[in-house]
Amino acid sequence: MSEYTFRIWRGDSDSGEFVDYKTEVDDGMVVLDVLHRIQAQQAGDMALRWNCKAGKCGSCGMEVNGKPQLACMTRMNTYLEEDVITVQPLKTFPVIKDLVCDVSWNYEQNLKIKPFKPGPTDPDGRYRMSQEDVDRVQEFRKCIECYLCQDVCHVLRDHNRKDVFVGPRFMIRAAGLDMHPLDVEDRIPDIRDEFGSGYCNITRCCTDVCPENITITDNAIIPLKERVADRYYDPIIWLSSKVSGLFQNDSKI
Amino acid sequence: MNMDISEIQTFDHDVVVIGAGGAGLRAAIECSAQGLNTGMICKSLLGKAHTVMAEGGAAASLGHTDERDNWKVHFRDTMRGGKFLNQWRMAELHAQHAADRIRELEEWGAVFDRTSDGYINQRPFGGHRYPRLAHTGDRTGLEIIRTLQDYGIHQGIHVHQECTALKLLKDSGKISGVFGYWRDTGRFVLFRTKAVIMATGGAGKIWRVTSNSWEYTGDGMEMAYSAGAELIDMEFAQFHPTGMIWPLSVRGILVTEGVRGEGGILLNSNNERFMFNYTPDRFKEETADSPEEAQRWLDGDASARRPPELLTRDVVAKSIMKEVEAGRGSAHGGAYLDIASRRDGEYIKRKLPSMYHQFKELAEVDITNERMEVGPTLHYMMGGIAVDGDTQMTAVPGLFACGECTGGMHGANRLGGNSLSDLLVFGWLAGKGAKDYVSQLSRPLQIDPEHVEEARREAVGPLNQEGGENPYLLHEELQNIMNDVNIVRTAAGLQRAIESLQELKPKLANIYAAGSSQYNPGWNQALSMRPMFVVAEAVARAALIREESRGAHTRLDFEGEREEWGNINIMICQNADGSMDTRKVDRNAPPDHLAEIAYSNLEDLEGGVHV
Repeated sequence: MSEYTFRIWRGDSDSGEFVDYKTEVDDGMVVLDVLHRIQAQQAGDMALRWNCKAGKCGSCGMEVNGKPQLACMTRMNTYLEEDVITVQPLKTFPVIKDLVCDVSWNYEQNLKIKPFKPGPTDPDGRYRMSQEDVDRVQEFRKCIECYLCQDVCHVLRDHNRKDVFVGPRFMIRAAGLDMHPLDVEDRIPDIRDEFGSGYCNITRCCTDVCPENITITDNAIIPLKERVADRYYDPIIWLSSKVSGLFQNDSKI
Repeated sequence: MNMDISEIQTFDHDVVVIGAGGAGLRAAIECSAQGLNTGMICKSLLGKAHTVMAEGGAAASLGHTDERDNWKVHFRDTMRGGKFLNQWRMAELHAQHAADRIRELEEWGAVFDRTSDGYINQRPFGGHRYPRLAHTGDRTGLEIIRTLQDYGIHQGIHVHQECTALKLLKDSGKISGVFGYWRDTGRFVLFRTKAVIMATGGAGKIWRVTSNSWEYTGDGMEMAYSAGAELIDMEFAQFHPTGMIWPLSVRGILVTEGVRGEGGILLNSNNERFMFNYTPDRFKEETADSPEEAQRWLDGDASARRPPELLTRDVVAKSIMKEVEAGRGSAHGGAYLDIASRRDGEYIKRKLPSMYHQFKELAEVDITNERMEVGPTLHYMMGGIAVDGDTQMTAVPGLFACGECTGGMHGANRLGGNSLSDLLVFGWLAGKGAKDYVSQLSRPLQIDPEHVEEARREAVGPLNQEGGENPYLLHEELQNIMNDVNIVRTAAGLQRAIESLQELKPKLANIYAAGSSQYNPGWNQALSMRPMFVVAEAVARAALIREESRGAHTRLDFEGEREEWGNINIMICQNADGSMDTRKVDRNAPPDHLAEIAYSNLEDLEGGVHV
């Protein structure tokens, strides 16, 4: 057992400050355990979100020493006892209190995405999909909605362009639907116009912080950008559409 | 000073669903489909409920992996797993409708793992005769909750997130409202409604070692109980045999039964595969009796019987405990779970990705190379609110319940995989039940301002105290008491627990939360203490009454199942003076067609017709 210093942001949307707490840390503890100990012993009203404590629900996202992390999956043995461990809420969203911020904007983005629309069943009334085809979308469906990717996205964090870009989380959600073997909805115009696929400049910060190790940029965002480009910017299709006016693109890949 | 009720923010709905896990979401979707103005309250953010922790799969007799499966075999397995204490009608409806509910999820976008011919794949699980669990790797619960969430948000459901319900309000005995508060602001809120569907899950937090999160404090059971509903089978609390046990801070976190479903075996400190020594007589005929036969089963030999690691959870949990007591436990007092020697690394990572991740990150154990250390963890409550099997209505008109907060479906022990299917089937039925009830209401319902004021006064109590009991420490005291109401029980221990709970009640009344009401975990914890006390007392009292060992209820002073107790359920309700009433109720004889299935030979059922 050893003593660590935690510097935790305490406050609300109006004001706040970092407060130091010294606390004992046992072997095997994660940051969330330490926060709970501080809560129980020193700061009963300190607000934080958590649920499963096993990296499966995505509730306890916060910034530990400036890095977006799940507190439940961040082991204390990755820090040195002499270091001060700074904990603060996700920067990209407005603070409600202490380590809790208002993530409701994310729920609004999800609503913009056209829901799953299955095509016709096979003649026997059933659906068939091969495992190889579902592997691709299962990667995106692993997402636990912790919003760490949203937190580090430059478009949202540094430029605060929540008005034009839905963020990596909802790009992979759109990708999960667009690549779903049964889905027949066309979301390409929305992906360009409503979701702002062009705003991502492929820095891959979202991929780096994903606790589920989803290859967000390369497997989801770039393919979506390509689909948009194929639809709107392919010079041959563009030319033929001008010439013949016959351009129709309702096919899904 | 009294608060004017008109100052409280108020919403009007036809039905309010409390809880947004799988059961709540499925119920809300059905309510909305039935044309009801539907509100849904959840303590956490939408999509974070404990359903995400369900890993292994959802049981349904789709028959994709073994054509011999059908609803009758599923029903028979469920009754046998529940030691014949299940409510017959609930087990029947569950087995009959589970497959359609799974197919419906696929139509809503769920992506389950596939068989080689492209259908939903099914995984073997404890107590299920055939591979029966539709699954998505080992994150099936997440797949299901996300599918319901993403479908549900387009169905016109009004979601009230981070809102805690505290009290049900009634008008002449009928449900007429819900009183609660917003967790972020601490402000109170009132829902006028014609019906309420409880879908609040279990109460695992009354025990120290549990897979449950902070939300599982028995709120729904307590609210229903306080409103006049009955609780049933409260003595049956499921200890999942495999929770993490090391390091200490992760003790209790679930290790999916899917590890054993994929071939994982349990070993003691002598490296013995001890489960072969613990097969109960009832299951001997259907369980492999040698490692050689178990290996053939794993290799796909249809004539080989299931390995004993896939016996029901009550059996496996107790077997691990017996090995530990006999001095053959693992380094930290559990058993070793080995998948590394059974499957290749790539297969393990593909079928059990979250287990791989969880052990790697939290315990620095690579499960493709090393053994896991596991032990029992409180996982699920079989007992809960008593409901009518067809409509899901409780004894209180307008109050419905579905999912883990109800009792009766699983009897004395739940089979793994029957929970995800339970919440789909009964969420759906509760929505239908609520619609039928609301349709026949003939007059508008009122909310009595005095009831609201009383609820408000109770809620602000902990904030208005000048010092008092620390809610976190009181919670620890409660968990200490529950050590006597654990996986094995005695009359002396249970009596001690009941007395200790009574002695602790003055502290409960003197609970104190520092700070304001805005997003204050101390206050939230204080308000969850009463529900936890009620559920703890109900479990202890029911456990004391049942003088036998059956399923998840094990009495050291009354070993083995007793025939007379097989005909009795224990019901609990609140007396007029606020004390707890317990009574034994004779079970109804099963209808002939169900008795025939439940007690039949497998051979008779295997050719059965798909329903």
